[in-house]
Amino acid sequence: MKGNVDYFNHLIQHLEAFALHIVGACRDLMPIIMVILIFQLVVLRQPFPDLIQVISGLILVILGLAFFVLGLELGLFPIGEAMAEAFAGKGSLFWLLCFGFGLGFSTTIAEPALIAVTKEAAVVAAQGKFINSDQASMASYALGLRITVALSVGVAIVVGLIRILKGWPVQFLIIGGYIVVMIMTFFAPKEIVGIAYDSGGVTTSTVTVPLVTALGVGLASAIRGRNPLVDGFGLIAFASLLPLIFVMAYGMVMFH
Amino acid sequence: MSNLRIYAKGNEMDLLTTLFQTLALTVKDVLPVLALLVFFQLMILRRPLPNWRRLTLGFIFVLIGLTLFLDGLETALFPIGKIMAKQLSTPQFVFGSSAAPPEAAWYRYAWVYVFGALIGFATTVAEPALIAVSFKAQEVSRGSLNQWGLRLAVATGVSLGIGIGTFRIVTGTPLYLYIISGYLIVMIQTILAPREIIPLAYDSGGVTTSTVTVPLVAALGLGLSETVPGRDPALDGFGLIAFASVFPIMTVLGYAQIAQWLSQRRLKAAKEE
Repeated sequence: MKGNVDYFNHLIQHLEAFALHIVGACRDLMPIIMVILIFQLVVLRQPFPDLIQVISGLILVILGLAFFVLGLELGLFPIGEAMAEAFAGKGSLFWLLCFGFGLGFSTTIAEPALIAVTKEAAVVAAQGKFINSDQASMASYALGLRITVALSVGVAIVVGLIRILKGWPVQFLIIGGYIVVMIMTFFAPKEIVGIAYDSGGVTTSTVTVPLVTALGVGLASAIRGRNPLVDGFGLIAFASLLPLIFVMAYGMVMFH
Repeated sequence: MSNLRIYAKGNEMDLLTTLFQTLALTVKDVLPVLALLVFFQLMILRRPLPNWRRLTLGFIFVLIGLTLFLDGLETALFPIGKIMAKQLSTPQFVFGSSAAPPEAAWYRYAWVYVFGALIGFATTVAEPALIAVSFKAQEVSRGSLNQWGLRLAVATGVSLGIGIGTFRIVTGTPLYLYIISGYLIVMIQTILAPREIIPLAYDSGGVTTSTVTVPLVAALGLGLSETVPGRDPALDGFGLIAFASVFPIMTVLGYAQIAQWLSQRRLKAAKEE
């Protein structure tokens, strides 16, 4: 009997939380709706095509965002933190770094945005006569680029985790990385620079970011003398910087 | 006008089928991560995670959430946003004639910059990855960092970035000049900004460019470089995402600098009294 009441209370709590998330999602989406509405009606002065479709899509977006945020609190954040604590508790540095590398590599290699960008990049390279324009060499170029980016994200997470363990300040590494990027920009072929710069942005997906953030914050909380705010964040920053360096290097190697 | 109709043919049956297709795709994307988590849990850590039922439920919620979210974006927002991005740069809209003149003054594309800036801001506010990071930042800083302050600072950065980035595409000036100047400003700010904000500011560059922002912004860049006279999509179409990654670092550092300056001034005023 008591179990049932508990269960019921639990359910009510979850429903309340979900209702709050729905309100939050509506607020988060308000700017997009406003921008599209104003531009469509006032600037472009076009009628709204198939309103029912747009509204049903919007309802899906709102529900989806609410579910995602709920799942974030229940699942992704706690998983990331629990794993970080478990590794720290076990004291297995090697496996922690393996996990970090695997997380970076595996989430990036399958990233749809990356697949799209590398395909586009192969077309550009073929047009620039850097590679042959037949299917096979374009596909192998695109795959090489994808593996390069995935490797770079894996390495980035490893470097970021070592930084947290050692307590190095993030700015020296990142600014050092920027300087490397600047120098490489002058030597890398022009056709690869735009893609390299964009590749930093496409690597960090919506599932990876919370997991990686929780991993960093969890690790910094588990190690004595580390501040989760100063030391825990910064993993994403490495994951957006290293692909630039790796992709430009790939371009320099492939095009010479 | 005819392309407005293309996505207007769906019905309820299609909606369900596409939902399941998207779910399958989402699961496929998440599978490597899931396999990794399970492998390390069972083989290396060999200790059950506390509350694993709750965690599983949370993971399932994330999958459902992403599926609905992506599907909704695909039916409601992306088609119309992409068409808008294209229409705003057509010669019809910009010059009122069917063909663009060989040389176009940059200010003729003013609406494109405004649209880019506004849509960059709006999509960033709705970006789930940013919601996650700013939520965590507020929690970790025990409330001294406000998650809305952070999100608005990042959104302002993306807005500036896309505004300037579209200007770059129209003028055809080299990408690296802007990005390298951006890095230089970030470096100077890094020296001056409060230490606690630095890792978070650097992170915000990467999280902004995700599910919602990238498709719309990429369409804007490609559409612009195809329609502006003298631009080559292969060379000029890229780079908007880079703008959207560098500028938020500046605005988040700036936000912290302003907050610090205000609190110091308040402290000084209190002392003088």
